[in-house]
Amino acid sequence: VCSHRIRSCSSIRFIKSKYVCVYDKSALKFSHQQRLFRTSAVSCGQIVQFKLSDIGEGITEVTVKEWYIKEGDSVSQFDSICEVQSDKASVTITSRYDGIIRKLHYSIDDIAFVGKPLVDIEIDASKGVASEEDVVETPPMSHEEHTHQEIKGHKTLATPAVRRLAMENNIKLSEIVGTGKDNRILKEDILNYLAKQTGAILPPSPKAEIVPPLPKTEAVPAAPKDKARKIPVPVSRPIAFSGKDKTEPVTGFQKAMVKTMSAALKIPHFGYSDEIDLTQLVQLREELKPLAEIRGIKLSFMPFFIKAASLGLLQYPILNASLDENCQNVTYKASHNIGVAMDTEQGLIVPNVKNVQVCSVFDIAVELNRLQSLGSAGQLGTSDLTGGTFTLSNIGTIGGTYTKPVILPPEVAIGALGKIQALPRFNGKGEVVKAQIMNVSWSADHRIIDGATMARFSNLWKSYLENPASMLLDLK
Amino acid sequence: MVLQSLKNCLWLSCVLRTPKACFWSTASGALIIQSVSNDVYQNLAVEDWIHDHMDLEKQQVLFLWRNSPAVVIGRHQNPWQECNLRLLRQKNIKLARRRSGGGTVYHDLGNINLTFFTTRKKYERMENLKLIVKALKALRPHLDVHVTDRYDILLDRQYKISGTAAKLGRTSAYHHCTLLCNADKFVLSSVLKSPYEGLQSNATPSVPALVKNLFEEDSSLTSEMLLDAVAKEYAVQHQIDHHITLINPADETLLPGISNKTEELQTWEWVYGKTPKFSVSTCLNMAYKDSVLDVKVNMDIKHGRIEVCNIDLPEQWLPPALCSELVKSLTGSKFCPNETTTLVTTLLRVCPQDNEFHSRWNLLCENMIKLM
Repeated sequence: VCSHRIRSCSSIRFIKSKYVCVYDKSALKFSHQQRLFRTSAVSCGQIVQFKLSDIGEGITEVTVKEWYIKEGDSVSQFDSICEVQSDKASVTITSRYDGIIRKLHYSIDDIAFVGKPLVDIEIDASKGVASEEDVVETPPMSHEEHTHQEIKGHKTLATPAVRRLAMENNIKLSEIVGTGKDNRILKEDILNYLAKQTGAILPPSPKAEIVPPLPKTEAVPAAPKDKARKIPVPVSRPIAFSGKDKTEPVTGFQKAMVKTMSAALKIPHFGYSDEIDLTQLVQLREELKPLAEIRGIKLSFMPFFIKAASLGLLQYPILNASLDENCQNVTYKASHNIGVAMDTEQGLIVPNVKNVQVCSVFDIAVELNRLQSLGSAGQLGTSDLTGGTFTLSNIGTIGGTYTKPVILPPEVAIGALGKIQALPRFNGKGEVVKAQIMNVSWSADHRIIDGATMARFSNLWKSYLENPASMLLDLK
Repeated sequence: MVLQSLKNCLWLSCVLRTPKACFWSTASGALIIQSVSNDVYQNLAVEDWIHDHMDLEKQQVLFLWRNSPAVVIGRHQNPWQECNLRLLRQKNIKLARRRSGGGTVYHDLGNINLTFFTTRKKYERMENLKLIVKALKALRPHLDVHVTDRYDILLDRQYKISGTAAKLGRTSAYHHCTLLCNADKFVLSSVLKSPYEGLQSNATPSVPALVKNLFEEDSSLTSEMLLDAVAKEYAVQHQIDHHITLINPADETLLPGISNKTEELQTWEWVYGKTPKFSVSTCLNMAYKDSVLDVKVNMDIKHGRIEVCNIDLPEQWLPPALCSELVKSLTGSKFCPNETTTLVTTLLRVCPQDNEFHSRWNLLCENMIKLM
């Protein structure tokens, strides 16, 4: 059957007459597998009616609650087929055969009877052939439904599906520690083993990257003994990645984000960035933190940033405005509802602190605490998430210095704060001192905001934060 | 109660290094273990783990556990139908879906859980429940407790003190049940009452019952005493030492793969997404300015996601384009207040900035969210 193949490649070794072990021509081996696979798939299988077995306790009927497979799916022995329920007991029915599901006898919520057919399975006639073996090292097997396999006299339990997975990845089952019942090797065990091979868990060896199948023959003795090699080069085991692409529909929150960001794209953004020296503010916060704690509130830097922004907006109200759809009118918003971007499991949400213009720094801290705990519990309300007029994003808590934030419509400006770093700077006397430096990146709607306005606002905001005492003069 | 000493734990961990069959083998026919955790997900994960990995042929297991406040629904139930999800969220009470069938229960530290693990062949619920009754009677002979043919245990012939559920796999099975010692009945009754109307579902319904705590019958009883009494009776019946092994459900070395199981039990896809297909058909009565609007809402929910959504608004109350935008966005998204809130507030950003419109939109959305 494979004789013509032999002529075309020079380094093939026969293990047994039926099987070809191609050591460094994994591509060829692959096509060889496919040939066998094709022949077995073509042959017609026998259809077996898999009956619902006895549940125990004298139960004769159950309700079908969930199907794990559908018609046309292929199943292996011990794969779950469906879940049925009977009088407070939920029962998982597993397959007795390997094959393809041809018919489901019941729909969800139907009553199924013990002893009557549950599903029809087409059993693969030519089973037990190459697709079930670890071709590289083992003698050929011709067992049909057995899951035991003698590998070097060492019994290894694994379902055909698991063995297939091992073989596709050139893994010797004898090298895997099974975590299933009776040391059965499970799919997870194979995947964990693979992860280790790619250096995911163990310190990676120099050649731990994915090695593609070698295209040409090398003058290496194609000995099936890895142990004989002294050079730790994983040539014989091209690390095959068995992951699959996963496609999901864009739903719910993501869909809404798509809409918002597409709308944001229509706004001509311009960016303006600067560096803020927060040395004094850091000190101030250290002093005030315990006072806030006594009152039961966690004080971060954000309340200061937010209040300073509001003071700035009083001088430059255009940054707290909104442009209508047709760009005909600009609405100057009276309230400074400053949004704070929060990273949650679902993604970015932006609750806002209302009327910052009449709040003290402490009030803002209280409100932020409330929003943060609601945010992490997934319980923010609609009023918390609507009505924002200006946004600050503290991406610096995760990392980064300069960024290019995207304006959230219907607002016209946004600021992104980088992380606070201790850096050397020159002071007034020309000496190098340690300063706490943070970068800010503003984006603004260039249709109604010009660079000069943004720069002046930023400078004002910066001056409040670099010299916190100056905020006292303007606090309302 | 004889608790496992630290020395024994170390011995156990040595035994366990070898791949398992029945690694806690004490060469006896049965084993009693107790969880040190009160986290419902961790404890349910232990059940899964034992069910999937232990060889129960040679050794049966009794697992004792208690949870901090949680509502546990059966495998095929509908949480919207069974409990007050809003109240759960407010009070920070966890919601879990177990893998066994049956109805919804409320757990707190005043309620004990007992799981009897056997092979599929040896699955026998009545025997287990009779064991519990025997243990209770041995502890307090005056207690009037008996097992019904619905697998409940009744006190004084009328109050349910235990509910049962079971899970059968290919080779192993487990039967677990609760036992009310001193649970908070007030919270129990308020969380197990669903406020959601218009639900149509084929999910397994719970059968409400009058409950009573054993503590009310005899105030000298504590949860620990009950756990110990059952363990003692189990030990006698299986002819083993009255020895309880403590296990930590967070121990990945002892129970490889347990953290994955624990995580899976907490995913939205499992807790809510496994709800059998159902529909919501209701009428929102929205008070707006001087009038009350009747808005008919119909939704089909499959895998916890809105498959079909219809909102019947009075004409021109909201621009029709935006109404259909709302419906389109809701379709395919989770039937979840948090997801819907973030969705509708984000959508609002790209709508016309009109105060009147905003207040109408918010009103409609808030009412929709209340349904979830």
